[in-house]
Amino acid sequence: MKLLNWLIAPLLALLSLTPAGAETIRMAVTTSFHNSGLADVLLPEIKADLGLEVQLLVVGTGQALKLGEQGDVDAILVHSRAAEEAFVAQGFGTHRREIMYNDFVLVGPRQDPAGIASAQSAAEALARIAAAGALFVSRGDESGTHKKERALWQAAGIDPTAAGPWYREAGAGMGATLNTAAGMGAYTLSDRASWLNFGNKGDLALLYAGDPALFNQYSLIPVNPARHPHVRADLVARLEDWLTGPRARALIDGYRIGGEQLFTFNAQPE
Amino acid sequence: MPASAPTPAPAPHAATGPILPLRLKGAEARRRGKRLVGPVDLELGREGFTIVMGPNGAGKTTLLRLMHGLERLAAGEIRWAVPMREARMRQAYVFQTPIMMRRSVVDSIAYPLRLRGVGRAEARARAARWAGRIGLAEALERPAPVLSGGEKQKLSLARALITGPEILFLDEPCASLDGRAMREIETLLLEARQGGMRIVMATHDMGQACRLASDVVFLYGGRVHESGPAEAFFNAPRTPEAAAFIKGDIVE
Amino acid sequence: MDGFAAGLWQAWKLIFTLDPDLYEIVFLSLRVTMSAVIIASAIGLPLGAWLVIKRFRARRFTIALLNALIGLPPVVVGLAVYMLLSRSGPLGVLGLLFTPTAMIIAQVIIITPLIASIAHQTMRDLWAEYHDLLLSMNASRAQRIAAILWDGRRALLTAMLAGFGRGIGEVGAIMIVGGNIDHVTRVLTTAIALETGKGNFAFAMGLGLILIALSLSVNLAIHWISRTERASVW
Repeated sequence: MKLLNWLIAPLLALLSLTPAGAETIRMAVTTSFHNSGLADVLLPEIKADLGLEVQLLVVGTGQALKLGEQGDVDAILVHSRAAEEAFVAQGFGTHRREIMYNDFVLVGPRQDPAGIASAQSAAEALARIAAAGALFVSRGDESGTHKKERALWQAAGIDPTAAGPWYREAGAGMGATLNTAAGMGAYTLSDRASWLNFGNKGDLALLYAGDPALFNQYSLIPVNPARHPHVRADLVARLEDWLTGPRARALIDGYRIGGEQLFTFNAQPE
Repeated sequence: MPASAPTPAPAPHAATGPILPLRLKGAEARRRGKRLVGPVDLELGREGFTIVMGPNGAGKTTLLRLMHGLERLAAGEIRWAVPMREARMRQAYVFQTPIMMRRSVVDSIAYPLRLRGVGRAEARARAARWAGRIGLAEALERPAPVLSGGEKQKLSLARALITGPEILFLDEPCASLDGRAMREIETLLLEARQGGMRIVMATHDMGQACRLASDVVFLYGGRVHESGPAEAFFNAPRTPEAAAFIKGDIVE
Repeated sequence: MDGFAAGLWQAWKLIFTLDPDLYEIVFLSLRVTMSAVIIASAIGLPLGAWLVIKRFRARRFTIALLNALIGLPPVVVGLAVYMLLSRSGPLGVLGLLFTPTAMIIAQVIIITPLIASIAHQTMRDLWAEYHDLLLSMNASRAQRIAAILWDGRRALLTAMLAGFGRGIGEVGAIMIVGGNIDHVTRVLTTAIALETGKGNFAFAMGLGLILIALSLSVNLAIHWISRTERASVW
């Protein structure tokens, strides 16, 4: 039995080590938000101001919505309006609160074989890519970015999945998709934050941006406590107040990468 | 048995009386329906050094395993003088190919004592004495699997003898040994015999049989063809097969 | 290609600047996988021994199943454990999702078949060797199991190390059930996946090299402690 004790004692010691028990909530956020680095600025301030530890689950929009549906997180912060509204309408979330927006950009090989840099709109840029048959990598993962991209193709009147082999679906996150695009010398749609923080740009360059159609609205949705009684709705409410307040405005509008502002705070006071 | 008769084996658990004689009546061993040995009728008395002889394939090994309980009895009966459970504890077996546990020499010899609940220190002390008797005093902590063939078989013998069995079965223990190792083993066996141990050994080495046997069981085709005192067997075999075997005529 | 050089440089920098985040991640990796290995061994080793000694009708099938389970993709295990532990799942009330405990549970499921299968193979050979001897010595069933477990202990340790190797390098399952939460459930492999996704290849490679070094150290330490290489015959 000595051997048994010898085995079990460290096991119990290992299992009993749990993180410090401050007040914590879990929030599912999209990869693109996390890649922006803004979370690293906001979370310590939230901890300092509210004594609240926000644990981030960095996933795609689809998985974030699913985690909220199942009640495995207390709130979600995503950027896919139609899906968000459906989420709230189905009763999974209490309401949708707009916080800020950033924008999407089209990146591609520096030589710009399709000539999208001079396009008048995002739809026109995509149409030029299709016309040139230039390689385009899609997220292909039902993420907010992917949905945005599909909406843009639709606006251009093109069904890329039927258009030919130049359209590739990566089925991956933003970073991985950018890696793929860099590797293949392809065009892709990225949120500006992920693009600026991306470390492996290679031959890729930002070629088109600025069309309001490319704006990317982030919203906070608290998970519905009527459906999942264990969620910390009280803490989420405090977080929402903070995220829509002046402190968050200053931090979000003031966040810069390489001198560029990434996000624009646009929360409306209640 | 009269209470005054000397108890043959040095076993401490002989309280219920000696385990011999052993009686086999119509005993058979089969494998996949095929009869390997039997039917065998045989009685092993309290004293003696029995040599089981016969050509290869005659069933020597199977008969020994059957008596020791390693082989399932397909028909007939095998009866010890004490209940089977008790008899199982008071016998030992030495295999033709030594089975070495992955332990040191001293721990290997001590293992049967440990199985019987003897404390580690005492078991090792007694095992060390046995290691000395078989010339392995210097190799107590060597891994048993790296010993030479002769050393392994001597270790097997010490491991079998350490619990003081009343009867010892040996299956051609010297089959692959050189002359010197064979003589050492024979010496140990004769000492054990002198101490009153009942020994049953299979061999087809005629010289060894002559040197050791007090009586002989001659197997042929899975049946006991002859059994009786060794002298009579070697001098005047009753069956032609035995006679041919002694002359060395049966091609094995 | 200077990717490896950059990775190596990152690894040195992380280790020698005593980066506290790195040590936290390394410690959690070890804690999760070692716990999983200990639990999986407590299940797998006796299971392996039992499959050797006990004959029963479904034995062959059980062994085949065990070997098939070794190839189970960790992502599938992760998904299954997620669905069990989700607040909407049958064990949701325990609140274990996105905790190290959930990661340990997933890894136990991944590792146990491997440990049980290797242990079974080792002990089967040993049992074939010892069978007649132990029977002749009248060893009880418990004594027989003890003998093959003890005499096979070095091979069993190898089985445990194989389990450790599979666990420490696993990312699919713990990503799903752990969630890769910073300071809570982030381990080396999920951190590597995250950094790769951000395009920080050098940093990811640095973490990868640390993972390899860690795995190597654990193996060497165990072999040194058990002196496996010194008594190769055993």
